[in-house]
Amino acid sequence: MTTASPEPNTNAAIPDAATQVDIYRRMSLISQNDEAARKTVKSGRLMMPYYSPKGQEVIPSAVSVNLNDDDRICTIYRGTHDMLAKGVPLRDLWAEMAGRVTGTCKGKGGPMHVTHPASGAILTTGIVGSSMPIANGLAWAAKLSGSKRVTIAYFGDAASNIGAFHESLNLASVWKLPVVFICQNNLFGEHTRFENATSVDQISKRAAGYSMPGVTVDGNDPFKMYAAAHAAINRARDGDGPTLIEAMTFRFYGHVFGDDDHYMTKEEKAAALAKDPLPIFRARLIADGVATDAQLTELDADIRAQIEDAIQFALSSEMPPIEELTRDVYAEAGAA
Amino acid sequence: MTVETKKLNAIQAINQALAQAMEADPTILVLGEDVADREGGGVVGVTKGLSTRFGEDRVKSTPISEQAIIGAAIGAAIDGYKPVAEIMLMNFTTVCMDMIVNHAAKLRYMSGGQTTVPIVIRMMTGAGIASGGQHSDFLEAWFAHTPGLKVVAPSNPADAKGLMLSCIADPDPCIFIETSRAYGVTGDVPVDAIPIPLGKARIAREGSDVTLISYAEMVTRCLTAAAELDKEGISAEVIDLRTISPWDVEAVLASVRKTGRAVIVHEAVRTFGVGAEIAATLHEKLFRELKAPVGRLGAPFTPVPFAGNLEQAFLVQPGAIVEAARATLATH
Repeated sequence: MTTASPEPNTNAAIPDAATQVDIYRRMSLISQNDEAARKTVKSGRLMMPYYSPKGQEVIPSAVSVNLNDDDRICTIYRGTHDMLAKGVPLRDLWAEMAGRVTGTCKGKGGPMHVTHPASGAILTTGIVGSSMPIANGLAWAAKLSGSKRVTIAYFGDAASNIGAFHESLNLASVWKLPVVFICQNNLFGEHTRFENATSVDQISKRAAGYSMPGVTVDGNDPFKMYAAAHAAINRARDGDGPTLIEAMTFRFYGHVFGDDDHYMTKEEKAAALAKDPLPIFRARLIADGVATDAQLTELDADIRAQIEDAIQFALSSEMPPIEELTRDVYAEAGAA
Repeated sequence: MTVETKKLNAIQAINQALAQAMEADPTILVLGEDVADREGGGVVGVTKGLSTRFGEDRVKSTPISEQAIIGAAIGAAIDGYKPVAEIMLMNFTTVCMDMIVNHAAKLRYMSGGQTTVPIVIRMMTGAGIASGGQHSDFLEAWFAHTPGLKVVAPSNPADAKGLMLSCIADPDPCIFIETSRAYGVTGDVPVDAIPIPLGKARIAREGSDVTLISYAEMVTRCLTAAAELDKEGISAEVIDLRTISPWDVEAVLASVRKTGRAVIVHEAVRTFGVGAEIAATLHEKLFRELKAPVGRLGAPFTPVPFAGNLEQAFLVQPGAIVEAARATLATH
């Protein structure tokens, strides 16, 4: 079975057939999970602030197939796609989104603060830009301990205008840390267009200021995203230091769920939605003979069942006991 | 049992605490601006010799990037290290409050106890050395108001060493406040690494008529005031909190139960200061036993001024403590 990169590049790593299906599986998981989350919020079964990642599912899927379980990620409030792609279990995630004691964080973090160290999902921050300084620290620990662990810092385009981005890239470069900075450029920071708020036309250009490789890649193309992540992760793992990847993408459902997208034209949005990466990749896998329609349909159905199971599990789980209110503030239980 | 001691100042005492802790535990790291020996071992020399002794992997000078410093400390702490980060001056915490307050303080809670941040953030501050409005503030109330942080402010070299050892060993993030103008003062410091427990106050001077409650260098001023009051036949007890958060409520209540009178003294501006929390607690718990309203002394509600006369007027002086103590006795 052969596969070809859409733009053949002799240096670019190409995912093998099994890896392509694995990328698809993660994308399908993210996309179906998002649909379920939106439905659940809309119907009032769950009350939570929800930052839909639909449209951005290629990025963490193509990144995560290059990662080991103990590699770390730090992500942000729009981060369920990053978490799922890295392997955070559906039941734990849903229970956390529902604020139940069975959640990743006993229901005390919520959807904006999912943490699941067993999957390497160390931090979800609600503060723009703050994934990066902490990712550096995780990378520093890996370097000090002689581990080959790599840390990924995910963030959005708007975060490249905050001080923490610049401090973090500088320190990572000076200390040659095994970290990869992955900017998911979805063209909007909240409601502000990227180009109205950013001094460069490509965020990757900022890498030059910090003496690290910077690359802009089509973040909706699994092959290009895979190749860029593969190179950057290997570079970090080999001790050669950090990389900045700017992955171009689009968020289908605005900033926060309920956003009416008044800040863009209907035509612009329709054009972006027409390029939904999931059906495009699905068709390609079938056309290339990597998987059959029946195989992918079965895979999709299996994921749907897992999501249904997770929702049922979450909604039938207990709320955290009231003692949890004052627990975990300090190491001593119940410190007030 | 006598403890072997040596005369040291706070700089030397903290340096010794760091060295002894690093010797015993290879996971302890030091990072901050100029902390390695190539850069002088810290702006006042607190970390002198550490990078030479323990290597530049463990003792790292950083760019002037406070968010990056605290972020690196947090991440390394989550993955098993115990970083001691230096933020050169307390005012510089203003540019990394997100890392301290939103992350270091909250990650244990928000993760349901899965990610913990055993870091120490050292900093110096204080008026009286002509540093003006942006290098002198005591901002401890901000941190004490933040669940998840511990706040420690030693008043003398021996406590600086013992409290630093406890902060390093503590599983939670600790803010460690050093008073710049007191760095040169020497005292007897235990030679061995003997930790002083966090959250426990010390009776710096016993007395029976009024309790003076303080921390950091203001404890020294309270002791000066107590000696002055003694000449008038007023017996003042001086409580050194040592730890501001969590503060030793029991020790303070026990003393004020005994004396029936209290004056709280701190360097920070009085308005909304730590003294208000302590005074409120005393009124709540001891309303019927108090012989006078609880007094509070702190700086006026102004930035720290530069001119020498204004700066001295900004700082609580021993004479003001004497007057405040007298006032509690004059009430009845």
